[in-house]
Amino acid sequence: MHLLVCGGTGCRAAESDAIVTNLQQELEKNGLQDQVQVVMTGCFGFCEKGPIVKVSPDNTFYTQVKPEDAAEIVAEHVVKGRQVNRLLYKDPEKKETVSDSKHMDFYKKQIRIALRNCGFIDPENLDEYIARDGYMALGRCLTELKPQDVINEIKESGLRGRGGGGFPTGIKWEIAAKNDADQKYVVCNADEGDPGAFMDRSILEGDPHAVLEAMAICGYSTNATKGLIYIRAEYPLAIKRLKIAIDQAREYGLLGKNIFGTDFEFDIELRYGAGAFVCGEETSLIHSMEGLRGEPTIKPPYPAESGYLGKPTNVNNVETYANIPVIINKGANWFNKIGTEKSKGTKVFALAGKINNVGLIEVPMGTTLREVIFEIGGGIKDGKKFKAVQTGGPSGGCLTEEHLDTPIDFDNLVQAGSMMGSGGMIVMDEDDCMVSMAKFYLDFTVEESCGKCSPCRIGNKRLYELLDRITQGKGEMEDLQRLRNMSQVIKDTSLCGLGQTSPNPVLSTLDNFYDEYVAHVTDKKCPAGQCKDLMTYTIIEENCVGCTACARVCPVGAISGEKKQVHNIDPEICIKCGACIERCKFDAIIVK
Amino acid sequence: MSSIKVKLKEADLNKIKEICKSFDNKEGELINVLHKTQEHFGYLPAEVQEAVAQELKMSVAKVYGVVTFYSFFTMLPKGKHPISICTGTACYVRGADNVLQEFKRQLDIEVGETTKDGKFSLSCLRCVGACGLAPVVLVGDKTFGRVSPDGVKEILEQYKD
Repeated sequence: MHLLVCGGTGCRAAESDAIVTNLQQELEKNGLQDQVQVVMTGCFGFCEKGPIVKVSPDNTFYTQVKPEDAAEIVAEHVVKGRQVNRLLYKDPEKKETVSDSKHMDFYKKQIRIALRNCGFIDPENLDEYIARDGYMALGRCLTELKPQDVINEIKESGLRGRGGGGFPTGIKWEIAAKNDADQKYVVCNADEGDPGAFMDRSILEGDPHAVLEAMAICGYSTNATKGLIYIRAEYPLAIKRLKIAIDQAREYGLLGKNIFGTDFEFDIELRYGAGAFVCGEETSLIHSMEGLRGEPTIKPPYPAESGYLGKPTNVNNVETYANIPVIINKGANWFNKIGTEKSKGTKVFALAGKINNVGLIEVPMGTTLREVIFEIGGGIKDGKKFKAVQTGGPSGGCLTEEHLDTPIDFDNLVQAGSMMGSGGMIVMDEDDCMVSMAKFYLDFTVEESCGKCSPCRIGNKRLYELLDRITQGKGEMEDLQRLRNMSQVIKDTSLCGLGQTSPNPVLSTLDNFYDEYVAHVTDKKCPAGQCKDLMTYTIIEENCVGCTACARVCPVGAISGEKKQVHNIDPEICIKCGACIERCKFDAIIVK
Repeated sequence: MSSIKVKLKEADLNKIKEICKSFDNKEGELINVLHKTQEHFGYLPAEVQEAVAQELKMSVAKVYGVVTFYSFFTMLPKGKHPISICTGTACYVRGADNVLQEFKRQLDIEVGETTKDGKFSLSCLRCVGACGLAPVVLVGDKTFGRVSPDGVKEILEQYKD
């Protein structure tokens, strides 16, 4: 019997380390430490209900486990074979408990390819990876297939880059393979910069060997002997697990010289990012690995021609690599039956924002936004109304109700005015102001623009200023046209992908929520009640019972009133933080 | 450059030399060198950058260019308990801004500053990837999830002494 405990960043932040320790102690107390193994795995994906503990082989799925629950899990489940009912997932609609994750709505529609091992194996143990067909694909490539055969298989599979661009992976490899050089490089882009996306981190934390294996396969196909993983310094756990994985692979002879007894050699090193969104762009990333400022250069030359240290370099993202071993093992024809005509396979999304089931999911391409948000995601938090979903992060756009039935794939999302991006999916409800949302993303872009080209450096700053004026109620109708014109210029003339896509949040909100912009400009109102400069907090006399809860919670002392008397908010002192509204049980405070 | 002047002690200078040497004094290893150096000193004041430039035989301007380009590098010392508010999108839509404002108010400092007693410093970061716990606040290595503005006081109290 195995007790699998989630060791992803989210669950560890909620003390899953202590759960492991306590479970081990309890097992020892019962003399069961040899029969039952406690394993810390990678992310299960269901972060909303973390920390997760899964019992194998019966698949019992415990949610929101606390360290002090360890005793009961061992005493009841392990010793007596009775499930601990209060820790089981409860279906919010049917009000029934579901013990097997397979039957949970969150997992039902998922197909896990890139995340196949996350939550199943101990990522710090190579033997467990090997037990799940790990390094079988590399072995097969080295002993049975020629480099071109491997490339053909990847081309045939239809795999497209999961980092955002969607460029066909097989073709990318082929270009790198065709460029002759004394040294070539294979690079893994693990600089996950999209705020709100955490799939790459979860794969590296939960299944690091999958990425190492795929990079070695890529090295074999493109005739490169060196691999580099460019990873964010902000991901300490992923770095730790990668280091362990690389050491183990070297020890087993799966990295280094004469891999699988052939004359193929390949080794991998880590390079650390230092916090710059633009380094997700290939040429910036390469400059950063060379120790320089991460500024992009004009393509061509593409990295496949002249990349790291001027040598041909193949750059793919973490999730793209994670798909490779499965494609080799199960065949291109298995993989290309999943998904849509032009986007094959699955895509991992990080669901976050105002959604019930925050977490990491993997669905076949072609799944609709409605299925993702309402079936897997469990709908909108607190019974509020769905307003928009932002895909593609700061480079993407806001999609609305009318796009909900669009099958998700690379091309459909672009057509709808957004993009796939790395797979961040932020859900917004009726309380979110779309002008503020656009401003939020522009604030991000302004900070992250590297400053090399002026359209991006200056243009985005101007866009931000226009949006800021509008949210303060100082905008004019002409500003809306100015936003559009400026956006188009920035898109058309920026040097790299950052500037070429940064106006997307503005354009998509202008297209889909024009009325909301107009309300800010002409009525000086924020319909969602989020723009602080356009709101006043007042107490409805009939509803106020004088419980003093609001006055006590107000951080600036803006609320006055005697006990059991109607209270009053001083608009001069009020900082519009909203703490009083959250506290009031009588709906006596409104924002206008 | 920085307004804070620290005279480098012999031992500090030797530490920098040691770090640079461990990367073969290669210019291309600048970012790795800076990571290690910041790990040791806590921040990268002008003097430290000058010493690194000298060791790697490159201009101080280039080192400064890299230090200021990346958000992970800082030229100001952090407080004893560095507070980082996640302002990634998921935390933003779940109210991170209100939490940030409350920290600013309680500590009476702006983002990037340190309290006078050197106890707390305040910064924002983009996504720690614990979006299920949004909004997230980090104090040192400890993660606090689902933080609301009226929970701020409670967090600070844990670090009072």
